Amino acid sequence: MSRYLISRIGQALVVLWAAFTLSFVLLQALPGDAVLIKFLNPDFGLSQEQIADIRASYGADRSVTAQYLHALGNVLSGDFGYSIQAGVPVRQLLAENLPATLRLACLAFLAAVVLAFAVTLLSTFATFAWLRSAIQVLPSLFISLPVFWLGIMLIQIFSFRLRLVSVINPGPWEALILPVATIAVPISAPLAQILMRNLDAVAHQPFVTVARAKGASRAFAFWRHVLRNALLPTLAIAGVLFGELLAGAVVTETVFGLNGIGALTHKAVGNQDAAVLQAVVLFCAVAFVVITLFVDLASPLLDPRLRSKTGAPA
Amino acid sequence: MSGTPLLSIRDLSVSYREKDDWSRVVHGVSLDVHRGEVVALVGESGSGKTTTAQSVIGLLPGNGRIDQGEIRLDGTDISRWPSRRLDAIRGARISLIPQDPGSALNPIRTIGAQVGEILKIHGWRDKKAIASRVVELLARVGLTEPELRARQYPHELSGGMKQRVLIAIAVALQPELIVADEPTSGLDVTVQRRILDLIDELRLEFGTSVLLVTHDLGVAADRAGRLVVMQGGRIQEEGPTAALIAAPRSAYARRLLADAPSLDMTVRRQPRPEPIRERDEADDFAVIVEDLTHDFPLADGGTFRAVDGISFRLRRGTTHALVGESGSGKTTTIRSIVGFEKPTAGRILVDGTDIAALHRADLRRFRRKIQLVYQNPFASLDPRQNVFEIIEEPLLNFDKREKDERRRSVESLLDRVGLSRTLLGRAPHALSGGQRQRVAIARALVLEPQVLVLDEAVSALDVTVQAQVLKLLDELQRDLGLTYLFVSHDLAVVRQIADSVSVLHRGRQVESGPVEQIFHAPTSSYTRDLLAAIPGRTGVERARTLSPGSDR
Repeated sequence: MSRYLISRIGQALVVLWAAFTLSFVLLQALPGDAVLIKFLNPDFGLSQEQIADIRASYGADRSVTAQYLHALGNVLSGDFGYSIQAGVPVRQLLAENLPATLRLACLAFLAAVVLAFAVTLLSTFATFAWLRSAIQVLPSLFISLPVFWLGIMLIQIFSFRLRLVSVINPGPWEALILPVATIAVPISAPLAQILMRNLDAVAHQPFVTVARAKGASRAFAFWRHVLRNALLPTLAIAGVLFGELLAGAVVTETVFGLNGIGALTHKAVGNQDAAVLQAVVLFCAVAFVVITLFVDLASPLLDPRLRSKTGAPA
Repeated sequence: MSGTPLLSIRDLSVSYREKDDWSRVVHGVSLDVHRGEVVALVGESGSGKTTTAQSVIGLLPGNGRIDQGEIRLDGTDISRWPSRRLDAIRGARISLIPQDPGSALNPIRTIGAQVGEILKIHGWRDKKAIASRVVELLARVGLTEPELRARQYPHELSGGMKQRVLIAIAVALQPELIVADEPTSGLDVTVQRRILDLIDELRLEFGTSVLLVTHDLGVAADRAGRLVVMQGGRIQEEGPTAALIAAPRSAYARRLLADAPSLDMTVRRQPRPEPIRERDEADDFAVIVEDLTHDFPLADGGTFRAVDGISFRLRRGTTHALVGESGSGKTTTIRSIVGFEKPTAGRILVDGTDIAALHRADLRRFRRKIQLVYQNPFASLDPRQNVFEIIEEPLLNFDKREKDERRRSVESLLDRVGLSRTLLGRAPHALSGGQRQRVAIARALVLEPQVLVLDEAVSALDVTVQAQVLKLLDELQRDLGLTYLFVSHDLAVVRQIADSVSVLHRGRQVESGPVEQIFHAPTSSYTRDLLAAIPGRTGVERARTLSPGSDR
């Protein structure tokens, strides 16, 4: 087990390094850089020589290799550099924006899980066949809604028409309702789809018939035998959904004017604020790696077939 | 014992819904099972036997319904009971031994939890009492180390062990009736016999009645007091086992008896002529396997010897059978012979060439000489191709021939394997199992190979279809001079088709020789076990003593 863990952590480090290097290369490939974008602004009224000096002070005039090694060395020592646009350390920017995004992401994920379960259970247990088939269509609908459009529609309907949720100076929790819903709806869709498909497949397994033949009621067989088996494959897509969550946060924070990593990313892209973008990419990579590792470690606990063999007969 | 039968089915009709239509699959079936009696419901796939059994225990699939008729358990009609009410008698008074033990246990819960569950459902509350009863039951069905088994998960047990667990569940509350739905299909013959013996033993101990659903007339003849033969959803014939087997009245039962390989011990095939030459020459053999050994690496760094020094020779134009149970090494052996695996040691000569010496292009050409027909005709055909494309494909891989010429080859092969040319445009799913296996044989023959490797090629087929495919293989061999390597777990089938046999057991060749010698004078104890496990012998003996004149 520990050998497995060490090799997994080694793999994770390689992934992080690759993410850092790839994002560095891509940012370098873009024309222009953050210094030019900020200081070429005519408001500053700087001459070419002055801009060249500023670039030199940021180290932007050195060779790409030197910049890369410099940035890599800094990151290894925990220094993410300065945001050129904001003029503050990137670490500080991340620390300020992370809690808001984490709160949004966690609530949205929770809401997505609840929504997915509600849709799945209704599509399985609803009394009328027409209702069941109507609900079964929902995930395909949800998955095809663009996040920005959904956010704007929710504001239109719930804030401006129905006046249920205020968007102007809302309370701290009130402000989260619509953004959470906006992210949760498209994320719940693949979860619900996978759950529904698995529930259907597992319900037709012979072991469910055997459970019923023991005298188990339909509900008992569902909760004890069907559900847990159907949940296993959904765990595997948790990592992919996390990516959706981050992508959703970028759009949602922008649409709803919230502060967070998403909004920070949005601004940093506009300004080619390389240090900030590098830090965000690294943060996402770390989160991805940790979640995937967690899923891989948790799966054997839930599914005994994935545990290492313990002298089982062939 | 006379009086009220334990189970009495009267005029039962069952339908399934497909889209908006209801199609009836069981038509007015009536049968009785008395206390302590074993009644076998025999039929091929699609005969309605499983549907009838599912109705008895109230577990028809969601799209099934009972149209009419009664299912009386001890005089009370339960056919109209709601599911909730049936829950009380399922497990307690009627229980089920399912087919396919591989998927009949929940993969993520322990054996102990799954056996204990039936006690819990029916009102046991004391956890300690449940745990000790579980261990007792597991020991009773012949599992070693029952405490350990209770903590294990299904994937840690073999197929036979899983079926024992399912039997433990079925007898846990000593029900009056056990519905055993193909309880041994998919198990090795020796395991099959032990499982059926166990069911017999427990039935006698608890006085339980058994409704045994099976496609295997041999199993039914051995185990049941009465047979009910079904076809197309209707009962064709029923009666005491010995009398029915000795003198079947219905045409269908007669055909079923004639086609069942285990019951008919007469060899109908003409043995291939022995060569007149005094000494064998290497050229007489299409395949020569010498001292074949194959090791697989294990996760812990060691190796597992799957095949351990197997040698046999396959004379041109004859059939050699490889017989063994799962884990005997027969699959690895044939994969080496067709060149998919590189053996660890030993030599394989096909048509005089050592295949270890072949490299990619040569290996490809070599594959023309030797073709495979797989066990499962449902999985071995690409569902997106039609029959013509399936048979044509090997030609496209090898030589560029004109389209007309290819069509002529495919059509003539279709005639050869006894399929109508109207099937050329059909997709595999629109064919029956027997038709699919004929298509698979045609595909194997299109390259005009010398050797056909038939890997359990008739095992998944119903007996009458099996008999037809065996007959086809025999004709093809005679007409085309083909050489067969016939891999099977079924000795009864082997006896019908093979000239010589190698018996494999745990990677070793325990016996090899002409088929008659193996059947009449087996030298290894394992071969004797295998022979004794062939179902149908006791049933046939009983029938023959009953009416000596009927011996064909």
